[in-house]
Order: sequence, then structure tokens, then C-alpha cells
Amino acid sequence: MKVELNGSVVELDPGASVRDAALTLATDPSGRGVAVAVDGEVVPRSEIESTPLREGQRVEVVTAIQGGAV
Amino acid sequence: MSVEGEVAAADTVASEDGFELGGRRWRSRLIVGTGGFRSLEDLERALLASGAEIATVALRRIDPQAEGSLLAVIDRLGIFVLPNTAGCYTARDAVRTAQLAREAFETDWLKLEVIGDDRTLLPDAVELIAAAETLVEDGFKVLPYTNDDPVLAARLERIGCVAVMPLGSPIGSGSGIRNPYNVRLIVEQAGVPVILDAGIGTASDAALAMELGCDGVLLASAVSRAERPELMAGAMRDAVAAGRAARLAGRIPRRLHAEASSSDEGLAEL
Repeated sequence: MKVELNGSVVELDPGASVRDAALTLATDPSGRGVAVAVDGEVVPRSEIESTPLREGQRVEVVTAIQGGAV
Repeated sequence: MSVEGEVAAADTVASEDGFELGGRRWRSRLIVGTGGFRSLEDLERALLASGAEIATVALRRIDPQAEGSLLAVIDRLGIFVLPNTAGCYTARDAVRTAQLAREAFETDWLKLEVIGDDRTLLPDAVELIAAAETLVEDGFKVLPYTNDDPVLAARLERIGCVAVMPLGSPIGSGSGIRNPYNVRLIVEQAGVPVILDAGIGTASDAALAMELGCDGVLLASAVSRAERPELMAGAMRDAVAAGRAARLAGRIPRRLHAEASSSDEGLAEL
């Protein structure tokens, strides 16, 4: 199935979880400083592994960067 | 008080005069934003020199190619991570970003930024209030970046923000405190800490913020974009401490005319 991951379309196995998607970015989503949203809704840390993705969903994986603008 | 006592008191004021923010006690009144540093090494040295106990970070899409870890640097120094909502233009986006930050850092603390336009980066007061209401309701400790508007600052405090953070001048402008009168008004009425946020260009700006009665200063560009960030970070640490001590010491009033400091009595007739 295809999902949109941080703006790019990626192919994942059917039934892939939010965690699986993040791992394609070489990112452990349960690591400190990482958070995930699916279709604009924040996925609680405890549900990242158990939340399945569906075709066409938008996944955002974010982390801390230097900033912002002061 | 003895001379030794006064000196000791001054040292205490300068170095150990902590303040309460968000239900925690802090020694340093300087908060450093992490934006704009040329490297993580520069950032680490500057954070150390600043003596800051709190540093702000932004949230962005993860970059698998990124080298080094910002969080690793901050965590190594034992500095508290204060996530912000930099880049948000609406209350909706700011609230979503805040929720992401809460998951990412397992903290309820948030520097709330809701920007009105990309040329001035001034806060959008309407969206800011809306976001602050939602986030306070949701249990966040909200530290809002706000205009230097005493009425808006009072509204933010009434909503339940744990601090108010008025700008000195636009973000990154290095133009100092453009309206010290408004900052004084905000300080005068505030029942929560006032942190001067944005516009600091050099050490005297930070000292002025403290002399005006602010409880702390948040700055980034003034240090991160200085020719020598580490040196400027130390200057800011000293400026905040000096400004705070001067505020507590009570400055003399400004006068139009001179006032001799030695009396005419006993002047020799030559």
C-alpha cells in the first residue's frame, strides 16, 4: 500500500504500522524527541507500534531541530 | 551591613538570585534559543558559556541525513528542553505542534509562537489567544511569545499562561527594546514572570531588559549569529546578572541638571 510519509509517497506492506513507516526513515519513533501524526492527528507514544496505517494516509514524523526564530 | 556583608550580598544577587517559572526554581534567568548556530559544536560551547538551564527547540520533519543530534547535546549539558511552535501561523497548527512536542519530549512545557506574517514575524494576537486558551485547558504550561502590549499580556496571564514573553523588537532584528515603556507597564502589572523574548542584539539590550524589571531574557540570534558565539554567550550571562543586580539595587533618578556628589562645605578659599 502507498502512504505519504513526510511529503513523499512510499510503498509499505499491507498492515504496516506507524512504527514501520518511521523505520523507513531510519528513525525509531519511540526514541526521545520523535513524534508522529497521521492525517493531522497526533499518535500517542504508547500507540505508535499498534496503530495500523491505511492506503493513502498522510504520516508526519518530526523531531527537534535548532530553532526557532528568535 | 558590613562591607563584607554587602559584597557577599551583591555576589548572591548576581549569581544565586533564582526565580520561579512554571512551578520550578531556576538559577539562570537566561533562556537560549538554539536557532542559527553554525554548528552543534558552536551551540554546545555557547550553551555552556551562557549558564542557561533552559533551551528552546523547534519541531520539523525528520531528516535521515542530518548529522549529529541536537537533543544529545542539550541532554549532555543537563539543560531543560523547551519546545516551541515556531513556524505556526494559526492556532490550529500551534495546538497540533504542541501536541507533537508533548509526545516527543514528554513535557507539558511549551513556548507558544503564533506568527502573523513572514516579513515581520510579529505575533498574531487573535490566533495566539485562541491557541493559549486551548493549550492551557489541555494542561500545558504555556509560555507565549507576545507583542509588547500590556493589555494582551494581561489577557494571556488571565487565561492561565505561566509566563508572558513580550518581544523587544522583531525576531532576529537585533534592534533591542523598542518600547521600554510598554515593557515597564507589562512588568508592573504582571503576576507571572515576564521574559523579554526577541530583538536582543547585544549585551546592553539584555541588561536593559533586566533593569526594566523583566524576570528573564530569551535570546538566540544575538549569540548564534555573533562572530564569536561563545564569547557573546558569556557576555549575555553577565549582562543578565548585572541588569538584575542593578534592578534590585535601585537606580538613581534621571535629572536634567548635574548634582555634585561632593558638598561645597569646607571648600578651601584659594
